[in-house]
Amino acid sequence: MTVVEPLSAPIELHFDYTRSLGPTLSRFMTGLAGRTVVGGRGSDGTVYVPPLEYDPATGAAITEFVDVADRGEVLSWSWAAEPLPGQPLERPFAWVLVKLDGADTGLLHALDVPSPDAVRTGMRVQARWAAEPAGHIRDIVCFDPETDAATAEPISGLDAVSMMTTPVFLGVQHSASVQETRYLQGLREGRLLGQRCPQCRKVYIPPRGACPVDGVPTEEEVELPDRGTVTTFCIVNVPFLGQRIPPPYVAAYVLLDGADIAFLHLILDCAAEDVRMGMRVEAAWKPREEWEFGLQNITHFRPTGEPDAEYDTFKEHL
Amino acid sequence: MRDVAVVGFAQSRQVRRTTGTTNGVEMLVPLITGALGELGIAKGDIGFWCSGSSDYLAGRAFSFVSAVDATGPVPPINESHVEMDAAWALYEAWIKIQTGDVDTALIYGFGKSSAGNLRRTLALQLDPYVLAPLWPDSIAIAGLQAQLGIDQGKWSEQAMAEVAVRSRRDAETNPNAQLSGSKDVDSLLAEPYLAQPLRRHDCAPVTDGAAVVVLAAEGRARDLAERPAWISGIAHAVDSAHLGARDLTTSPSTVIAAQRAGIDGVELAELYTPFTHQELLLRSELGLGDGVRITPSGGALAGNPMFAGGLVRIGEAARQISDGAAGRVLAHATSGPALQQNLVCVMEGR
Amino acid sequence: MSKERAAVLGTGQTHYKAKRQDVSMAGLLREAIDRAMLDADVGWDDIDAVVVGKAPDFFEGVMMPELSLADAIGAVGKPLLRVHTAGSVGGSTGVVASSLVQAGVHERVLAVAWEKQSESNAMWALSIPVPFNMPVNAGAGGYFAPHVRSYIRRSGAPHHVGAIVAAKDRRNAAKNPYAHLQQPDMTMEKVQESQMLWDPIRYDETCPSSDGACAVVIGSERAAASVERPAWIHATAMRTEPTFYAGRDQVNPKAGRECAAALWKQAGITNPLEEIDAAEIYVPFSWFEPMWLENLGFMPEGEGWKLTEAGETEIGGTLPVNCSGGVLSSNPIGASGMIRFAEAAMQVMGRAGEHQVDGARKAVGHAYGGGSQFFSMWVVGAEKPE
Repeated sequence: MTVVEPLSAPIELHFDYTRSLGPTLSRFMTGLAGRTVVGGRGSDGTVYVPPLEYDPATGAAITEFVDVADRGEVLSWSWAAEPLPGQPLERPFAWVLVKLDGADTGLLHALDVPSPDAVRTGMRVQARWAAEPAGHIRDIVCFDPETDAATAEPISGLDAVSMMTTPVFLGVQHSASVQETRYLQGLREGRLLGQRCPQCRKVYIPPRGACPVDGVPTEEEVELPDRGTVTTFCIVNVPFLGQRIPPPYVAAYVLLDGADIAFLHLILDCAAEDVRMGMRVEAAWKPREEWEFGLQNITHFRPTGEPDAEYDTFKEHL
Repeated sequence: MRDVAVVGFAQSRQVRRTTGTTNGVEMLVPLITGALGELGIAKGDIGFWCSGSSDYLAGRAFSFVSAVDATGPVPPINESHVEMDAAWALYEAWIKIQTGDVDTALIYGFGKSSAGNLRRTLALQLDPYVLAPLWPDSIAIAGLQAQLGIDQGKWSEQAMAEVAVRSRRDAETNPNAQLSGSKDVDSLLAEPYLAQPLRRHDCAPVTDGAAVVVLAAEGRARDLAERPAWISGIAHAVDSAHLGARDLTTSPSTVIAAQRAGIDGVELAELYTPFTHQELLLRSELGLGDGVRITPSGGALAGNPMFAGGLVRIGEAARQISDGAAGRVLAHATSGPALQQNLVCVMEGR
Repeated sequence: MSKERAAVLGTGQTHYKAKRQDVSMAGLLREAIDRAMLDADVGWDDIDAVVVGKAPDFFEGVMMPELSLADAIGAVGKPLLRVHTAGSVGGSTGVVASSLVQAGVHERVLAVAWEKQSESNAMWALSIPVPFNMPVNAGAGGYFAPHVRSYIRRSGAPHHVGAIVAAKDRRNAAKNPYAHLQQPDMTMEKVQESQMLWDPIRYDETCPSSDGACAVVIGSERAAASVERPAWIHATAMRTEPTFYAGRDQVNPKAGRECAAALWKQAGITNPLEEIDAAEIYVPFSWFEPMWLENLGFMPEGEGWKLTEAGETEIGGTLPVNCSGGVLSSNPIGASGMIRFAEAAMQVMGRAGEHQVDGARKAVGHAYGGGSQFFSMWVVGAEKPE
């Protein structure tokens, strides 16, 4: 087998999660929206900030709330020399655990100071409030070293905040396996390259890093024709987000001649109700200049007009 | 309780980056084949399979589903998966053997941390309402923990550097380690901070890797291994998630796990400490004196395959028994921010 | 060696809805946990370990959320395990929790499985585009509908069988106050009038997308002594096979058949259809009822539909299936398997309320996941196992 460098491409995962808060967190977030920090009092008198939803001692819901100050003392810190995407500040800052006046526990946030020399355990800090608080932990932009000046004015009479939105975005580098890469390179050239498992001798397309029966990589390359048999299918009647073709159309398992496993693809160029189990089909390729590393080079399969395959010839593939 | 032993261990090389898929198949296939081959058994001899991995590390849902192919599960297998370090998969397997349903188990863990930005991804383990939206990364959290201990005089940057020096020196004899070397404390302390109070040597590297362990019950274990590493105790526990409401310089869950596992008389401890100060913290919490050899493999500071790292500690400690180098050993695994969850496994030669 | 006896001491469920926006994630779990602990008459100090089950973390956007939930679910200072075996996870969580007691390690274990799908969008989480992979553009049912067609072809089942299942499960759900869909007047005809989505699957033959959690407390024989009528665990089994392999039977998967065979053997059951009084089977698309009746060995291959068509899977029939309304009526993915397990237990405990099967003594809970490749099952009974 030729040694190939696996293909690799980035995946960007991004979703704005919508979080319902429940009574305790709602109280805390509603407080923030009004530039007030709310703590929860546990059964032993401990004031937790942020409030815990359930008392560590009894397990009961915490229902007693107290306002605490928006200034307090640094319990510990660490330096963020190169802030990462999404963190509170884009320039270097200190992460701090802050015990707000009136609280018994530490709140984790950012402290805006120019260098690590400007932060120390025990120093006094105060919250810097967002201009337009929304009921979110980021309504506190960050903390600043304490001054004589008052922090921003609280806002009163707000509706309770019951939901928050959290964008989660991550980049991940996806890699194809060596075997899949060979298959993708084949598709780029308009060829369908499967591989045979050295133990069970079955032909897999796409080929596998591990034959699912034997747990060893597929090896021997087998070029497959671009025609085969519909083993089974469904008719897609439902419109959904991102759909490329107006329904109804057919999604079918296609077993290429010479392959031992079917893959899912589209059947077009015939009425959906005319598609049958056993129907013979062939690939409809995109124009050569549009070929890339992927099965999408085949836009769909279409009937060849040959007689249907006998049920017995494909029943082992259902 | 049935007597159960580690009889097989295989691990990949710990490297900064592999070209394989995030479902670990490339790393796992040779390990599973190798571990079974070394024991002279076939996959059909394994009664239970259990793995540990993370979808978020792989950047896709159900990444463990493809990994299962590496076991060649036809005919079907008795199998389970934890979204945790594979040390907890080993715990589940040990439990399964205790029920008497099976006599053998193969455990695997894998992680390709290089596929994403690990320290940032781990921020998603934090409270999703009041912490994760600020994206405090794993090094930031470890730094807060380290600084607390420094302020309280529990450890120092000097002592932390000494941990790194020993880890790298030990790793020189570990062919699978990612980092090794012979720098001394002074030269390490002369390096700039990565995230004060942490320098680069205080933090585990980003590693791709995988590991496999085979367990067997009394009766089978002696057929399979000359010197099985008998598990005399295994236990785990979790601490509060509220970082600002618990004392980060202690590890109550480790203490609980150690009490339940019974750690008296251990000669050696493989500790899963991705940050230097965490080794100092755990040695103190576990009461490990100077006579106890600490993490002779070099540990996570020399190579940190996420979701396999805890299983590697168990495998490395077991190997000390099977090699005859030690008679009673402790392996530790951790999971979650700032040592939130901890497992202790004590093994001995008999 | 023989294992310790274990029993379900209590069960608890949340109300299932598309969006449970009245609670946080912790609040959702606690709703189920508090009910289970009340049902089992236990306090936090009685719980020795916690096992959590959930499907992919992408649904909620939290990596290993049990870590941040540890305090709320009473796990601090205790062993906490997180199981993830795709859609079967709720069942697997029950199996793992049982084994902690059966191994003789713990007296009482709390198991909870959950999903809060409304935090995101399941379709998004499950269809994150993977480079080099062509999206087939078939939608959510596109994977399973072709296998349903294969089943119909192989068994010769009449086309209305799926509609019979859907109507029955929805009517059953109307007797279950926790069920998401409440459609007491559902009929086979109405199901057949609903839109054909993925031919041969109609809209009313598909499951909803729900928020919810389910919890069970499992205890040792000693712990069960103080419970009036516990559900004894007679057998548990799990089996896995690959998603795709050459020659794989995707209608009647081998992993399911072997899992069931191991289950019946362990439970000492030789004729499941006669000996099982109620079955909670994971049926997300209506046709999976007859398919799983065969896979589980209740009916010979190709004949599962006959039991359904004869009305014998109704409450009062030979084998009442999904008296709770099943997955077709409530589907908080990660919890769905545990709901099946808990509902089976409720039947033999006599605590199933309006959907109780009279005199149920033995029941089966079943879950599956992935591409019909992960299976977990248990048999619970009113009598102590031998």
